[in-house]
Amino acid sequence: MSTMQIPAKVPLDDYTSVIGAGEVAELRTLARPLAGRSVVMINSTAVGGGVAEILNRLVPLAEELGINIRWEVMTGGEDFFEVTKAFHNALHGAPYHPEPRHFEIFRAYNEKNARRLPLDAEFMVIHDPQPAGLISYREKNANHWVWRCHIDLSHPHPAVWNFLENYVPNYDAAIFSSPEFAKQLPIPQYLFHPAIDPLSEKNRDLPPEFILDVLARYGIDHLRPILTQISRFDRLKDPVGVIRAYRIVRRYFDCQLVLAGGGASDDPEGATVLKEAQHAAEDDPDIKLLELPAWAPLEVNALQRASTIVIQKSLREGFGLTVSEALWKKKPVVASAVGGIPTQIIHKHTGLLAHSIEGTAYQIRFLLSHPDIAARLGERGHEHVKENFLITQNLKRYLTLFLKMGKSS
Amino acid sequence: MNVAETPFEFFTVAYLTRIGNQSAGNLEELLTGLEHCSDASIFHHTYQTLSSHHFLTEGFSNDFAQWALAEANRDALAEQFAALDIRDYTSIAALRTDLCRVLRDFITAFPQFSRQEALDRFYFCESLEVTMPFSLTASNLDEFRDGVATISHASFHFHFVTSRLRLQFRTNDFSHWLAGSLGLDSLAETINHIDIYTNTLDSARAKMLRLVDRERRKHEHDANPS
Repeated sequence: MSTMQIPAKVPLDDYTSVIGAGEVAELRTLARPLAGRSVVMINSTAVGGGVAEILNRLVPLAEELGINIRWEVMTGGEDFFEVTKAFHNALHGAPYHPEPRHFEIFRAYNEKNARRLPLDAEFMVIHDPQPAGLISYREKNANHWVWRCHIDLSHPHPAVWNFLENYVPNYDAAIFSSPEFAKQLPIPQYLFHPAIDPLSEKNRDLPPEFILDVLARYGIDHLRPILTQISRFDRLKDPVGVIRAYRIVRRYFDCQLVLAGGGASDDPEGATVLKEAQHAAEDDPDIKLLELPAWAPLEVNALQRASTIVIQKSLREGFGLTVSEALWKKKPVVASAVGGIPTQIIHKHTGLLAHSIEGTAYQIRFLLSHPDIAARLGERGHEHVKENFLITQNLKRYLTLFLKMGKSS
Repeated sequence: MNVAETPFEFFTVAYLTRIGNQSAGNLEELLTGLEHCSDASIFHHTYQTLSSHHFLTEGFSNDFAQWALAEANRDALAEQFAALDIRDYTSIAALRTDLCRVLRDFITAFPQFSRQEALDRFYFCESLEVTMPFSLTASNLDEFRDGVATISHASFHFHFVTSRLRLQFRTNDFSHWLAGSLGLDSLAETINHIDIYTNTLDSARAKMLRLVDRERRKHEHDANPS
């Protein structure tokens, strides 16, 4: 178990230019009764993935507000992470063949970590299934324990969920990213939307020359419409479906398609999906399949900002924060009505939803024909993110939770 | 300039959204949910949603209307739900009665749609409220103006919109204080007429500040007519 040292702190006051002085003052007001009180956040990875990305910003902001907060990362062997990866996929509904030793490995690593970790903070926030078993080592009624589940539990593999049910009801509360991801549980369940950081490299403003430079590097013409989907090369993101939608649009508009994402070099299935996309692209020079490194925030930012329309044609989705990233950049978005996407895309208000390849193509054509409507959707999308999906909102939700739980004790 | 005996105290508010155990896949189930959900749930899907979606000033009114339109594909019902103006209510019970009436009337008129599956389910949630003083008070119009200009969206919504449920009057905290403590009845009434459905919280606040500034100029002019 290691305590995370967070290198670059962004002062809360820097967010004033984004959300306004009133909102920052409100965070300080809400945090006042929590000053000096202890919080420990525990997850299973220090880098990579949305949870680490959020904690990297959330923890220093809470610290600046006077909360005695620590972020701990669980340690485990390869065997543990193999098991928890299988659990993760199974909870998303993937096929899984449970073996008793898998559950034993899970229990053993949770016990090992429990011995090293300080579990006595007033508020313990445990992220995702990997450290969920730590609740077994809680001193009875000594503090508040919350399980923050970032994954979609609507169709979990029964064996894995039955196993987790040994732990989850022992928490004081659970947090989910969407009401439909939640389960029937005997404890209160709260809704926290995932969040983006407007000041991170992936989302902050960029100089126009940098954006043009990125386009030039990838051979993208900035003078013609650019349709972009940023996603891993994963079948559930349906890159081939996006190419088919683009081909329909191409009958009417001279446009380009950019499919950019990682996952092809370190994931055998990703490589296969990339090949399928290459095959579907048929050497069309206006289709750019860009395999980005796992962490290329500035390039992703530039591609999103350069786009005329951003697409997220997923077949299944967790929350789909790439949608919020695009909306934050005031981009019109055409996306599938799956997972957390309809929470971000309020149809005809903050973007357009589609249910098929043809529907996706139709909505893209509509927006290319009506740039004024596209611009208005982008503006409202930006406001939606500002109000609901920024890291400062996430911080506010945690402060509110701690105030409520602390008061109830 | 008038000085109030009782200063206006600005509060801030934060809501925790609790996911309920009820959901609805069709209109009949929505009616059952509406009849049995908590007051905090009705509040969440009407008052609170207007705050978190305040930037939508065309055709967004409450979660029930949005679901009827986007998920159940029932435009006429959506219109009826959207027409319910939360400013007309001083209790959740009365609002719930009207929501149920609208839905019951629709189901009676169009029974064929009552069990038709919606594209996505409606999930009932609740808003749990935490309020705290903002450490900001106003005793005269200048201080009041500064306070209104400074507070957060949530605070503005708390004082301007949800106040009706606390006061049990068809007015808001700002107007109530301006009339009751500063004797500015006309300003109070004009502010109370600012439309929260066709304004964002920012534009409603900007309108209010303009009205307050106009009143301040009037006072200045009355004090120094030359």
